[in-house]
Amino acid sequence: MALGLEATLGDTVITTKLDAIINWGRQYSLWPYVFGTACCAIEFMSAAASQHDVSRFGAEVVRFSPRQADLMLVCGTISYKQAPILKRIYEQIAYPKWVVAMGACASSGGIYDNYCTVQGIDTIIPVDIYISGCPPRPEAILDALIKIQEQIKGESVLQERHKEYRGILD
Amino acid sequence: MKATALEKIQAALPGAACQMALEAVVVEVRPEELAGTLTRLKEDPACNCGMLLDVTAIDYLDYPHPPPQAARFQVVHTLRNWQDNLLVQVRTPVADPDVGLTTATGLWDSANWGEREVFDQYGIRFQGHPDLRRILNHWQFEGHPLRKDYPIDRRQICTETDSLEKEIRARLAEKGVDDATLKDINTEVMFLNLGPSHPATHGAIRILAALDGETILANVNEIGYLHRGFEKTAEQRTYNQIVPLTDRLNYCSSMLNNIAYVKAVESWLGVEITERARFMRVVLSEFYRVLDHLVCCAAFMVDIGGLTNYWYLYNEKEDAYDFISRLTGARLTSSFTRIGGMYRDFYDGWQSDLESHLRAIEKGISDALKLVATNRIFHDRTQGVCIMPAAAALSYGFTGPNLRASGVPFDLRKDAPYYGYEAFDFTVPVGSTGDVYDRMMVRFEEMAQSISIIRQAIRHIPEGPVNVADPQVSLPPKEAVYNSIEGLANHFKLVFEGVKTPPGQWYDSYEAANGELGFHFVSDGSGRPYKLKVRPPCFYTMGGFHKMVEGSMIADAIINLSCINIIGGELDR
Repeated sequence: MALGLEATLGDTVITTKLDAIINWGRQYSLWPYVFGTACCAIEFMSAAASQHDVSRFGAEVVRFSPRQADLMLVCGTISYKQAPILKRIYEQIAYPKWVVAMGACASSGGIYDNYCTVQGIDTIIPVDIYISGCPPRPEAILDALIKIQEQIKGESVLQERHKEYRGILD
Repeated sequence: MKATALEKIQAALPGAACQMALEAVVVEVRPEELAGTLTRLKEDPACNCGMLLDVTAIDYLDYPHPPPQAARFQVVHTLRNWQDNLLVQVRTPVADPDVGLTTATGLWDSANWGEREVFDQYGIRFQGHPDLRRILNHWQFEGHPLRKDYPIDRRQICTETDSLEKEIRARLAEKGVDDATLKDINTEVMFLNLGPSHPATHGAIRILAALDGETILANVNEIGYLHRGFEKTAEQRTYNQIVPLTDRLNYCSSMLNNIAYVKAVESWLGVEITERARFMRVVLSEFYRVLDHLVCCAAFMVDIGGLTNYWYLYNEKEDAYDFISRLTGARLTSSFTRIGGMYRDFYDGWQSDLESHLRAIEKGISDALKLVATNRIFHDRTQGVCIMPAAAALSYGFTGPNLRASGVPFDLRKDAPYYGYEAFDFTVPVGSTGDVYDRMMVRFEEMAQSISIIRQAIRHIPEGPVNVADPQVSLPPKEAVYNSIEGLANHFKLVFEGVKTPPGQWYDSYEAANGELGFHFVSDGSGRPYKLKVRPPCFYTMGGFHKMVEGSMIADAIINLSCINIIGGELDR
C-alpha cells in the first residue's frame, strides 16, 4: 500500500531519494581518465581489452580529456617532474570526481624510494582507492572499480568531498 | 679477433694506452686529447666508428680501493663500428667538472642528449655543447643526483613545468624562421604542445611543435617525466636484486631486459651458463621480442585509426600471459633470470603451450596484415612519411628495428653473436627508405623471424640443469641449505652480500626489442655495483625524433611516435 504521492498517482511514478537516483547513474557510467605513465598502464590496456573488458562495469568510455571524465586512474610512477601536471589535470576534472592510485608506485612510490619519485600520489591529490601490486593484475583494477561504485552508493550529492585536502604542491 | 681489434685501434692511436675489457677496446686519453681521439676514431677508415652509443660518467669519490685515476670524475664515450664489430670506449679523467670536456656534438648527433644526461646527473660541462641543460630531472632541481655525495632520498619538489619557449625559438631560428618572420602579420606560427599526458604520447613525453598550418616547422621534445632513479637505486642493491628493477625498463618485454642484464654481469664474471639455460634465454628472448612488437604494432594501428587490428594483435599478447604466468608467476614483470642461469626450468608440456601461442600469434598477425598489407589508405598514410636516412639514423645512435628500417642491417645477433645465435637460421629484415611504413613492416617481419628461431630452439633444446653449479654465483639447492652448515652459509652470503664481481669497468650489450640495450658497470669488488648505467635504445631514438617530424604534418608526427616504440621506463629510467 503506497502512501503520499505514490498513493495519488498510482503506478505511473516511483519515488526515491535524490542521492539514490543520482548515485545509481554515476556508479554505472564512470568515465575514466587514464593517467598512464608506466608499466601499470600496460595492465590497464589488458583490463580494457576483450578478456577482462571494463565495459561490463560501465566504465569503457575512456576519455583523454579531463573535462569529459570523472574517474582518474593514475597508472604508474609519478615523479616530481610529473607531479604539477598530475595536479593540474586533477583540477581540470569537473566535480564529482574520484581517484584511483593503481599499483605500488602511485600508492607509495613502490620500489623507487629515491630522489625523483613521489612517495605516493596522495601527497599531491586526494585518493579514494589504492590498488596494490607491481603491477596489479587486471582483476584488481576491476575490483577497484567495484569498490568505487560501492563508495559512490554511500555518498551524498550535497556533500563536497576532500574539501580539507592540502597536498605538498598546494 | 680481439687482438686484431686492439691492434687496429692501437695503430690508429699510437700515443694512447689501449687495452681490452670484454669485447671493447678501452682507450685512456687526457682531456685535451679527447677531441682529437674521437675525431680520429670516427674519421679514420681503419676505425670508422660511425655510432656514438652512449656517454656516461663515473664519480670516484667513494671508491674503496685506490681509484684508477687521480681526478674525481671520469667520462666514458662508447663508440661502435657496426660493420666490423668494433666496440671502443674512450675514458677521460675530468678534474674540474665546471671546465669539463670538449663536446662531441660536432661528430655525432647522439652526443647532444648523451652529454646533457651526463651534465644533469653528474654536473660535468661540455664546452661547445649547443644546448646544455637538464634532461631527466626537472629544471628546478639543484645538485646532481648521481654524484656520490648526493643522498638518494633528498627529494626536490617541482612546482611548474618548463616552458621550453627559449628552446623552440632557438630551433625555429635554426630552421630559418627568424623573429621578423614570426612577427610578420601574414605568418601564423602556432605553438602546439602534446603531452606529457596525452593519448598520442603513449606515456609521458612532451612534444612541442611550432606549426605552420598543419606542418611542423620546428619541434623540441622533453623527456624525464618517468625518471625514477634506476641507476642510483641500483647502486644500493646486490646484483641479483637489480633483476626486478630491469623488468621495469622496457616493461613490454621485461624478460629481454632481465636476460640482457644478467648476461652483462656473467660476461664480466666469466661464468659460462649451461647449454639449456642458453637455449631457454634464446627462446624467451625471441618470444618477448614478438610480444614487444605486438604491442608496438597494435598501438600503432590504433593511432592510425585501425582499432580492429589492435584487437587481433593485442588479444594474442593477452593470451600469452597465460604461458608467462605459468612459467614465471607474474604477467608483466617476470624477474625470471638469475646470475648464472634462470629462476627455474620450463614446466612439463611447455613446448605445446608455446607452440599453440605461436600459432595464435601468427594468425593474429596474418589477420591484422590482411587489413593493411594491400590497403591503399594504409600505404598512402605511411609510405614516404617521416623519413630517416641511414646516415642520420646512425649519427643519432638509432639501433634495432628503427635503424634497420633505414636500411642498415645491423643486428647484434648477427654481428656480434652470443648464445649460439650464429647457429640459427634467420634473416635480418631491412627497410628501403626509413619511413613509417618500413619501421612497421620491419617489425612485422622480425616477428616472423623470431617465431622461426623459437621453433628451431624448441627442437634442439638439450636437457640438463639451468643454473651453473658454482657456489660463488648460484644459490645452493634447498636440501643443502636446510641440511648442511656449508649450504646455509653459502646461501646466506649470496643473499646478503650478493655475487661478488672483480673490480673494474665494463660494457656489455644485447639486441633487445628496441635495439642495443647496453649495461655499463663499474665494480669495486663488492656484491653491489659501484655504478650501473643503462644504454637505452629508446633514449637515442627519441633524440632524433625532431629530425624525422620536422617538415611533416602533425598527424604524421603522432604515428611516427607510435612506430618508433618509445617506452617510458627505458627512456627515462
